[in-house]
Amino acid sequence: MADTKGVMIVGELAEGKLTSTTTELLGAAKKLAGDLGQEVIAVILGSGVGDAANEAISFGADKVYAIDNDMFADYTNDAYTGALEKLNAEAAPEVILMGQTSMGLDLASRLAFRLGTAVILDCVDLAIDPDTKLMQKTKPVYGGNAIAVYVGETKPQMATVRAKTMEPLQQDTSRSGEVVAFDPGLDVSTVRQKVVDRVKEEIEGIKLEDADVVICGGRGVGSAEAFDELRELAKLLNGALGASRPPCDSGWVPTNIQIGLTGKMVAPTVYIGIALSGSSQHQAGMSGSKNIIAINKDPEANIFGIAHYGVVGDYKKVIPALTEKCKELLSG
Amino acid sequence: MNMIVCVKQVIDPETPSASFKIDPDAKRALASKDKPMVISPFDENAVEAALKVKDANGGKVTILSMGGETAKDVIKHSLAMGGDEGYQMTDAAFDDSDSYATAANLAEAIKKIGEYDIVLCGRQEADWDAGQVGTGVAEILGIPSVTAIKKIEIQDGKAIVERVLADGYETIEVSLPLLVTVSNEIGEPRYATLKGIMAAAKKQVTNWSSADVTPAQARSQMLKIYIPVHEGECTFIEGDTPEEAGANLAAKLREAKLI
Repeated sequence: MADTKGVMIVGELAEGKLTSTTTELLGAAKKLAGDLGQEVIAVILGSGVGDAANEAISFGADKVYAIDNDMFADYTNDAYTGALEKLNAEAAPEVILMGQTSMGLDLASRLAFRLGTAVILDCVDLAIDPDTKLMQKTKPVYGGNAIAVYVGETKPQMATVRAKTMEPLQQDTSRSGEVVAFDPGLDVSTVRQKVVDRVKEEIEGIKLEDADVVICGGRGVGSAEAFDELRELAKLLNGALGASRPPCDSGWVPTNIQIGLTGKMVAPTVYIGIALSGSSQHQAGMSGSKNIIAINKDPEANIFGIAHYGVVGDYKKVIPALTEKCKELLSG
Repeated sequence: MNMIVCVKQVIDPETPSASFKIDPDAKRALASKDKPMVISPFDENAVEAALKVKDANGGKVTILSMGGETAKDVIKHSLAMGGDEGYQMTDAAFDDSDSYATAANLAEAIKKIGEYDIVLCGRQEADWDAGQVGTGVAEILGIPSVTAIKKIEIQDGKAIVERVLADGYETIEVSLPLLVTVSNEIGEPRYATLKGIMAAAKKQVTNWSSADVTPAQARSQMLKIYIPVHEGECTFIEGDTPEEAGANLAAKLREAKLI
């Protein structure tokens, strides 16, 4: 079996530039590569990859493979898996990392199974074991109630990384590196998926992931109309509205404001959870919030276990009073 | 349309954190005596997705589960929702499977079941949250896969699926047969009616062991599992009435310069 070498990351672009997750992956790769005494390799697939390769070098890549072809303009499972399979045969990396993004969660396991290796998804930490030199992969399990650490001996060692868990390097445009154009020579007729449309669902107002204040409602809010009160509070505090999974499943609010393990991940300065139990899956999406405030009539609600401030009471009585008082304090 | 849905029985994900306990030697969570095990929620969404396709196109929905003895309960539940027949894979030799071994075992079972147009799985299971068995099964079977779908329709012998993205969704055309992993945006799973439960009791469930499906070897090992310790405490804001507590909370937040 060929010797494997190099920590490879699969980058993603948004409007021609590296996504923040990609810069975080490069930061993680730099550390792992340092511990292994190996190089950081980036691979960028797309059509019109352009300057992104140089940007990857400025964020830590020693070598960048640019896979630039019309057939990669849209991400499809078959095209990207096929291309990376060919690249893996050529480059023989020790490690391959991707972000736990919609691409990563679709591609990483397909590629791992294709390459006869193993992957762990949604890792929050990666570290080289000093004795075995293998990569230990840490991820939350049981919806976040527990943390598990995995390792595998098959190569390449693979993982996807949760957003905002790794630090990107300081960008340095004076860094030098090698850019290699790679043609995987894939037959387009072997690609069985075709993207025919893409729909952007715009959320009005402030984007959840960027908001400083998040007002989040749960199952206990009770109806679509009742969410209007929460919207009012969000507006007053210059915040964004979010929800746990049950209101989304019940159709009270759009699914794109779901905060949780498989939804949006937020870490605002102020998070106010209203009539939600705070299941571990929901906590996975907001436990990084700096100040957590919870209102729930159940004193045993899970959310109080991580909240900084809490009110045990019926939100229908608490929230109007809270909103009124906030109005008063903010206008004075 | 011939469909196979893979479902898993898990510890209830609504188990309150306070009662959640790990067995450090078995390296898994302890099932609670008070809360029965349930069908993994995204797997229930997958059954719903299959039933929606059956409603629109006719066909058959086969339920497949690899698990302990009590996995029959999630198979029965899926049959009560509207599934047609079930296969249960139970054997100590299947017990310590990682994602690779699970996918390999399920793929073998699917090959044995024989005919299918669509294989459906939940996007991730509520215990390990591994999120890879579905895609792994597809790779082993050599069929295309799409993850995290919120809609699936059949048109002119192709599947048209909508895949959830961070800021919306995309519509993808895929050849049949295919595998999809299903997200909760597909819609609330239908209830098992009393009629459905009674009908399920008469539906065929085949039991398989390691004599029928050769267990695959794991590729990943779990080194350890632990419950993270939470530091910090909640300050409860009081009041004579809930309204007063609300006002007091506002004052406290102002004081702490949070609003």
